[in-house]
Amino acid sequence: MDIHEYQAKELLARHGIHVPRGGLAYSPEQATYRAREIGGGKWVVKAQVHSGARGKAGGIKLCANDEEISNAAEAMLGRKLVTQQTGPRGKLISRLYLEEAVDIAQELYVGFVLDRKEERVMIVASAAGGMEIEDIVERAPDSIIRTTVDPGVGMQRFQAREIAFGLGLDQNLIGKATETIFSCYQVFRDYDASMLEINPLVVTRDGNLVALDAKMSFDENALFRRPEISELRDKSQEDPRETFASDRGLSYVGLDGNIGCIINGAGLAMATMDMIKIAGGEPANFLDIGGGASPERVAKSFRAVLGDKNVETILVNIFAGINRCDWVAEGVVKAIREVGVNVPLVVRLAGTKVEEGRRILADSGEAVIVAETLAEAAEKAVAAWRSATLKKAS
Amino acid sequence: MAILLNRGTRVIVQGFTGKIGSFHAEDMKRYGTKLVGGVTPGKGGQKHLGLPIFNTVKGAVRETRAEASIVFVPPPFAADSIMEAADAGIKLCVCITDGIPSQDMMQVKRYMLRYRFEDRMRLIGPNCAGVITPGQALMGIMPGSIYLPGRVGIVGRSGTLGYEAASQMKALGIGVSTSVGIGGDPINGSSFKDMLKLFEQDDETDAVVMIGEIGGPQEAEAAIWARDNMRKPLIAYIAGLSAPKGRRMGHAGAIISAFGESAQEKVEILKEAGVVIVPTPSSFGEVVADTLAGMKKAA
Repeated sequence: MDIHEYQAKELLARHGIHVPRGGLAYSPEQATYRAREIGGGKWVVKAQVHSGARGKAGGIKLCANDEEISNAAEAMLGRKLVTQQTGPRGKLISRLYLEEAVDIAQELYVGFVLDRKEERVMIVASAAGGMEIEDIVERAPDSIIRTTVDPGVGMQRFQAREIAFGLGLDQNLIGKATETIFSCYQVFRDYDASMLEINPLVVTRDGNLVALDAKMSFDENALFRRPEISELRDKSQEDPRETFASDRGLSYVGLDGNIGCIINGAGLAMATMDMIKIAGGEPANFLDIGGGASPERVAKSFRAVLGDKNVETILVNIFAGINRCDWVAEGVVKAIREVGVNVPLVVRLAGTKVEEGRRILADSGEAVIVAETLAEAAEKAVAAWRSATLKKAS
Repeated sequence: MAILLNRGTRVIVQGFTGKIGSFHAEDMKRYGTKLVGGVTPGKGGQKHLGLPIFNTVKGAVRETRAEASIVFVPPPFAADSIMEAADAGIKLCVCITDGIPSQDMMQVKRYMLRYRFEDRMRLIGPNCAGVITPGQALMGIMPGSIYLPGRVGIVGRSGTLGYEAASQMKALGIGVSTSVGIGGDPINGSSFKDMLKLFEQDDETDAVVMIGEIGGPQEAEAAIWARDNMRKPLIAYIAGLSAPKGRRMGHAGAIISAFGESAQEKVEILKEAGVVIVPTPSSFGEVVADTLAGMKKAA
């Protein structure tokens, strides 16, 4: 789960990390009022969307007076910001963050991630801040410092100090940098973060260390014990198709194709999507219905998939272990009758109670295209989608 | 004995009396698993499914000489249960639970290191389908009927995709020595490489099928190890060819973040290491059959 920059900064500030003075605004009037509250002569208006690379996309504006602030706010609010990371649909700007402009002497990069190879928290730092980490890896690979933390004892101060010296900082900044890095690790650990990135962490002209930007993501498996983080969720930043599904306990990822998928198990779901692609089609989504697929759950999955207007065919592929094919089949029939499925539907069932499942589909009298194998399912789905689009075109 | 599990392995269930634990305990018993009891704190001394319940894993081990444990405990408490098993002298722990926080798993893995190598528990999972040695014993949630006993090992992250592979093999009369689901989480107890080492040493396994997916370094590590150390053929499929970069596909682990983690890149690395590639998820059966036929010819 991602949060906004201003929310991440609030968490960091609470743990002693310096951030620029700032405030939230929902309208141009509020933005100018905030600027006056903050004081000073230069401000930055920042669009609050769950994405990096906002600057290049017009989501960050340096302003010197009320008029400029008001214009920048006017231009941003209510628009969708399209960055390299948001995809072509972009993300809605409904909040702005006003910040005092900071006099920058040097920009650093500090990031905390879960390293799957070491199975530990890894700290990545570089003196080449301001760029995306991928660019730093490519253009200044030697500048990157990497350290991992022993989960048994947590991060030690010497590790933070080594990073501070490694960044080549001035002697009088070492203490501040050590504390900043150390506190970041504590925030990461205490809130079950999966990613924390401060880019840039800046050295100001008056010799301070300030987090100019902050990005944080959290381990969704740990949200049960972090209610203060769950509260920060902003559904307006999510794909509405995914919000609908996740609110109903389904694992869904929206894609750009036309063949809607309802599958049990993430691996089989990915494999089925691959098979659709090999057969010449494009999947509209990833959907893992999970274990214990009751008829109600199957019907909900149909609602989630059909919520995507691009879906022109549906492929159901269930290999039942804990699931039961008869329940899935009942769910399919229920969905056809209650939700209304007006696109071709291909169903492949295998595993527990497969005979019963197939019989329920056959006896229902509904127009279901049945497939026995994975390959057959993908081929039939793509063929059905082709003839449906042909019919539409003629 | 195939690997990890056979008909003689003494198994207990942690989270024994819950709905999911009960359901699968019965299923495992029916399959032939030597189930000797279960643990539910607070219900010690009672019986469930005709088997004794214990308050602690240590108590269960003392009374039943259990060597293996399967965990169905809910995510907030699962890490604690795994560590309890490790401390009680359990040798093999299979954790089915889906949704354990990453930081908990980091701690579990660090905790297990406190035991000498010879005494250290082997953890399979979490978020996995478990282990089955067809015809002998089941420690997991897979449907037993889709596996034919035989001489090909299977190791995969995904449960249902493993079923797909096993059933395609069964349709061609090819059986399985042991099938292991190592789970879809970013941090798991055993890696692909750990399982390849066991299969390579096992007299009852002739070839191994590895079912990987996007994200993480484990498939590539396993392939490099196999190139340098494995005499038996390794056959592999990587799921997620159609997955867009940076998106998480259900498994917390299935997200591409670094070079070598996309399906295409992994397939390249595997090919270079001499691994036989299953090109599509519908050709597991064929490719395994061809590989086995090739071995016979060579012999």
